[in-house]
Amino acid sequence: MTVVLMFFAMLAGLAGWWLARQRLTAKPWLEQGVLDGVPDFQLSHDPAKRTGLSFLLAVIGALFTLVIGAWFMRSDFGDWRALPIPEILWANTGALILSSIALEYSQWAVRRGDLLRVRIGLVAAALFAVLFVLGQLEAWWQLYSAGFFVAGNPANSFFYLVTGLHGLHILGGLIALVWAIAKAWTAEQADTVRLKVELGATYWLFMLFVWMVLFALLNGWIGEFVAFCQSLIS
Amino acid sequence: MVDATHGHDAHAAEFPDAELYHPRSWWTKYVFSQDAKVIAIQYASTALAIGFVALALSWVMRMQLAFPGFLEFVDANAYYQAITVHGMVMVIYLITALFLGGFGNYLIPLMLGARDMVFPYVNMLSYWTYLLAVLVLVASFFAPGGPTGAGWTLYPPQAILSNTPGQQAGIILMLVSLILFVIGFTMGGLNYIVTVLQARARGMTLMRMPLTIWGIFIATVMAMLAFPALFVACVMMLFDRLLGTSFFMPALVEMGEHLSYGGGSPILFQHLFWFFGHPEVYIVALPAFGIVSDLISTHARKNIFGYRMMVWALVIIGALSFVVWAHHMYVSGMNPWFGFFFATTTLIIAVPTAIKVYNWVLTLWRGDIHFTLPMLFALGFIVTFVNGGLTGLFLGNVVVDVPLSDTMFVVAHFHMVMGVAPILVIFGAIYHWYPKVTGRMLDQTLGLIHFWITFVGAYLIFFPMHYLGIMGVPRRYFESQDISFLPPSAHDLNVFITVCALIVGAAQMVFVFNLIWSIRHGKPAGGNPWRATTLEWQTPETPPAHGNFGRELPVVYRWAYDYSVPGAAEDFIPQNQPGGAPPHKEGSE
Repeated sequence: MTVVLMFFAMLAGLAGWWLARQRLTAKPWLEQGVLDGVPDFQLSHDPAKRTGLSFLLAVIGALFTLVIGAWFMRSDFGDWRALPIPEILWANTGALILSSIALEYSQWAVRRGDLLRVRIGLVAAALFAVLFVLGQLEAWWQLYSAGFFVAGNPANSFFYLVTGLHGLHILGGLIALVWAIAKAWTAEQADTVRLKVELGATYWLFMLFVWMVLFALLNGWIGEFVAFCQSLIS
Repeated sequence: MVDATHGHDAHAAEFPDAELYHPRSWWTKYVFSQDAKVIAIQYASTALAIGFVALALSWVMRMQLAFPGFLEFVDANAYYQAITVHGMVMVIYLITALFLGGFGNYLIPLMLGARDMVFPYVNMLSYWTYLLAVLVLVASFFAPGGPTGAGWTLYPPQAILSNTPGQQAGIILMLVSLILFVIGFTMGGLNYIVTVLQARARGMTLMRMPLTIWGIFIATVMAMLAFPALFVACVMMLFDRLLGTSFFMPALVEMGEHLSYGGGSPILFQHLFWFFGHPEVYIVALPAFGIVSDLISTHARKNIFGYRMMVWALVIIGALSFVVWAHHMYVSGMNPWFGFFFATTTLIIAVPTAIKVYNWVLTLWRGDIHFTLPMLFALGFIVTFVNGGLTGLFLGNVVVDVPLSDTMFVVAHFHMVMGVAPILVIFGAIYHWYPKVTGRMLDQTLGLIHFWITFVGAYLIFFPMHYLGIMGVPRRYFESQDISFLPPSAHDLNVFITVCALIVGAAQMVFVFNLIWSIRHGKPAGGNPWRATTLEWQTPETPPAHGNFGRELPVVYRWAYDYSVPGAAEDFIPQNQPGGAPPHKEGSE
């Protein structure tokens, strides 16, 4: 529950910081005429997608935070038996990092107007992402073969739940990535796919971050870290 | 649709610069439309249709409580199924969808001076996902075993145990339907938020937005953050039901048999559910707050009192509503200190809420009150909301709540505060904006019949329930006639409530008739029948054509509440009207 409250406190802080700059203390009944600095429809069309993505990330963040909160509450119960983490998860993590780097490369290229490298970056990112998903399935298969079924223990259940939810978000991102590749293939100029690449790179970084947190959680590092902090306080 | 004389080809030429989608066929214009106004009507019609199913279910429940055995098909199982689907549909599929999907879609672009939502395609997907969610829910009526009877809170473990009706397929369909609803809502919600933030007309600062938009905006932000909790809870319960995991399921003996579950925590579900469930109360309340502010100001011909306070109160209520959820769990076995904390936050939230009520009353004070239908419903809302809010103070206190838990008192409380009150606003808002949507007024006489029966009837239904609750009549009981501590008068009261409920339900048919009849036969409304200031009333055509504002987008020169400005030619100055002396002289704060 602390995790959830911390996440929401962070969001509240961001919202408060943003609201504080919105002239909420203005007295609108005294003001007349056009107040400038307000974007209109055409000008703001592209940033709208960026704003939309940041809200989407907040929602996805809330989703995973709540799952992690539930993880901590449930793992306090006596029947929790941590399961061995398959080695292949390390390789998968590497694949996701490479995928993200490829997208960063593509983003760097799109800003220089280098369409060829944009395409290379996008395709590489998609391939590494597919590799990641396949690797996750392999990890599931290994655990399943070793007898760690989803209903066997709450630790198993949570493992399948969080990796599954994360995998679905990666698959969703892959659809967008394939869409961007299709656009990049027919594009004449790099600028036409600029926004897609930039948004894709942001989303991918976020999902990488989520995966890092989940990976640390699965390995029990976060639990150890919290225990360490508690020992410092007491 | 009276004035819709435009061919769709005309629009492409009208504003070539705007990146606006243009429908090319009947299908893309009226069915798979990306126009927020059409999507709004689709959302509203679907929500009202499923809402009438829920209304019929409430009749079933009331008949059973007053005349047990009269309806032969109602056994204990059917009763629980009726309770569950009634609650779930009313809270989520009707009120939430209607306020945000219906009014949000229609009003956000029009009131802010935008041509459409910023992501029209996603907006269309949002509606179709919502419709799918509704259909999945309806499908559970036809599934073996029927819909789930777990109660609208779906508490495990009983929600997925075999003695609960709908355990076979009903609960699965319910959970899938909720998951779909959350996905659909998130798509719509992104639209509402980003449109408010980035597609406002020139001059429309945040502090010039009508309070309707503020209410919908804050409610959407809350919903985006609260619905993931419902999503997670539903996914985890699906795991428990389908894969045999034990997220929520403790070790259980059923019919002398040990189930394979073990160690799960039902309380965990309750935390997740109410982390969504309490913000949900305000998700339906904040749009109502916003809309009612605009209705009162417009129909009392007076600027809203304390606009800034109203905005701040909305923001504060939105934030506070995330830290009060466990007041639904006082009797669930929490640490008593938690109860103390959550009782405190619950009572604090009464402060911004009371500010809003005072401001509505002070807006009415010495206003030029027109008792139009929207105003009547708005007034009905204020008293009902205050009534429901006061019993909320009872239930927010742990010591008072414990004996009242799971009695009819709770039922009466939440029906007043988040059932009747928002529904009255929905009615008022429909009477208010129907002329813009169709170009014709709703019939006044039928509307008055609808209002008085609904308003008085709602009180006759829910006021006696408080007394039943204090007497100890439990909620969720299939029948209560043999409970020894209840006097016969309790049953007489139940009969009275049922008769009232049947009449109020029937009065809604008058409303539906009015809605349909007035499309063709209503009095022509003109562009601005209420002489209102906000932008949706200033469109060149009524109903607004595709693209809303013709060739030129409006420019906003003033706030939304310039009513009865001293020295002005008329008693309202539209937001897009330039010039004029400063409307308020010194000392007007």
